[in-house]
Amino acid sequence: MSSRFPAALAEPALVTPRRRRRLASRIGSRSAPYLLLLPATAVIGAVLGYPLYYMVRLSLQQYGLFQLVKHEGEWIGTRNYAQIFHDGAFWHVVVRTLGFTVAAVSLTMVLGTLIALLLAELGPKMRLLLTAGLIFVWATPVVVAVDIWRWMIDYEFGVLNWLLTFLHVGNYNHHDWFVNPWTGWAVITALVVWGAIPFVAITVFAGLTQVPRELVEAASIDGAHAWKVFRDVTVPLLKPIFVILTSLSIIWDFQVFTQVWVMLDGHPGTDYYVMSVYAYTNSFGESEYGLGSAIALVMVAILLVVSFFYIRQMVKIGEAK
Amino acid sequence: MSSGIQVAPVPVAPAPDPRGEVPRRSRRRFARRAGLNVVAAIVFLVMIFPVYWMVATGFKRGQDIFSDPPVWFPYHPTLANFADAIHRAHFWADVKNSLIIVGGVVALSLVLAFLAALALAKFGFYGRRAFIVLIIAVQMIPLNALIIPIFLVLSKANQVDKLSGVIVTYLTFVLPFTIWTLRGFMLGVPKDLEEASMVDGTTRFGAFVRILLPLVGPGLVATSIFAFIQAWNEFIMAYVLLHSPEKQTLTLWLATFSTSRGTAWGSLMAGATLTALPVVIFFVAIQRKIAFGLTAGAVRG
Repeated sequence: MSSRFPAALAEPALVTPRRRRRLASRIGSRSAPYLLLLPATAVIGAVLGYPLYYMVRLSLQQYGLFQLVKHEGEWIGTRNYAQIFHDGAFWHVVVRTLGFTVAAVSLTMVLGTLIALLLAELGPKMRLLLTAGLIFVWATPVVVAVDIWRWMIDYEFGVLNWLLTFLHVGNYNHHDWFVNPWTGWAVITALVVWGAIPFVAITVFAGLTQVPRELVEAASIDGAHAWKVFRDVTVPLLKPIFVILTSLSIIWDFQVFTQVWVMLDGHPGTDYYVMSVYAYTNSFGESEYGLGSAIALVMVAILLVVSFFYIRQMVKIGEAK
Repeated sequence: MSSGIQVAPVPVAPAPDPRGEVPRRSRRRFARRAGLNVVAAIVFLVMIFPVYWMVATGFKRGQDIFSDPPVWFPYHPTLANFADAIHRAHFWADVKNSLIIVGGVVALSLVLAFLAALALAKFGFYGRRAFIVLIIAVQMIPLNALIIPIFLVLSKANQVDKLSGVIVTYLTFVLPFTIWTLRGFMLGVPKDLEEASMVDGTTRFGAFVRILLPLVGPGLVATSIFAFIQAWNEFIMAYVLLHSPEKQTLTLWLATFSTSRGTAWGSLMAGATLTALPVVIFFVAIQRKIAFGLTAGAVRG
């Protein structure tokens, strides 16, 4: 019982316990949230804010091996940017990254949504089975997934090569997918999409279950075709989810690194350079950290546009609560 | 794969038929259901196959792994690949490193995030909205771009090739996410409950310990598991920051199976299975909460 009235024990007669407590909690409430936020804010500032600032600085510096030893860059203004913008290879990398992102994100969203719609149509047992399968894929760590796919397309004993040959798609015996960058990218895209589908499918399905049934039924009684119901009733209702999933997918796929890097054993040819790989090889391969930072910052700037839509949607949802 | 589904994307009541046609309708229904089940089975097989192939390869004998045509099932199961993986150099050291890093990251971010989430979910104050936007925004920063400055800053601070440097680095993505998720769980606790107990005379701290904590407990567990998974799976940061083989994490250890002389696929798949195992177990345990956390409040009918 004593812990229940801690303030009341040493109470001067004039101030009632209740008023005192209110006062204290009001003063406490005013500074308490800031005190609670302080540690997290400080850490985020240190581990995220400072590196971001440092990256902007680096992008304006010559920072090679010499400067690395000195721990001090040399200011060169916007020369790094001038160099990448006049570099044909850089624009190839940007276009390649965009192309990959468009392909991977559209495939992920379309297939993920179709699987979500399928889930909504299934009986409980089949739905459980398919969900379980999706969750296993979702849970597979990216590095593990890359290793599995590398094994499935192994030059000699890849099961996928065997299957495609068996199905007469072509002769894939002793086939190296990465000689031709188009087939190489097809493999990487397949791997990325395969890994990303479960998140989209399960999230969209969760959204579908929240769509009021009466709305769908009302629309179909009015004679609307299934596709029309989907387009005019379901999609508008799920729009927030689609906005969130699409922008997240764009952000993830645009900065793709691990899948490319591990798939090609840490030595991707220039045909496999995407922005994060290009920034990485310029920094850690060529020891041009300033140039690498400039490339990375261009990537951040491009994604900032996408983030805007995401953040706006998230804030909207946040207000609903 | 797509054609079967597009036919009827949403549950649709059958068109108003005259009563006498029930048998034909139900036959059509049955055919439709069967068709959907076949499509679902195919999707399931396509999706799960890579995971199955990893586990199956891990349990196969050498001649069954390197076989043309492929052996579809480990008819002669063996643990040799797993033994080989475990006895490989630095396995246990790298398991330990992974656990230290993950443990440090989860503990630190949970404490920091708990305080912050408490402020965001339970207090109204000036700047709250700005902070929420900030937390959402920082999660959008492409981390692969941040490797360069993080590496240089840490090398200045003499933290490269040290687990502590990796722990600090992982906070960049685990902490904002953890704050956001925990805030969501705390919002789920009805305010009336707390207020009721405070009217009864409990202090804010008392209300917190007796009311909020038990209710947020499951959310805390789910959040820490999710933080665990993220830190356990991370690759690039560790790849850039940890150089000595005895200081690496499990995801880096997997790269040691591929040498210039080829790849030990059997052991690699066994090692991959072992690396994925804790994640899969935890993931299955909390997956409902993840899907919920993202969509809650997103659809307004």
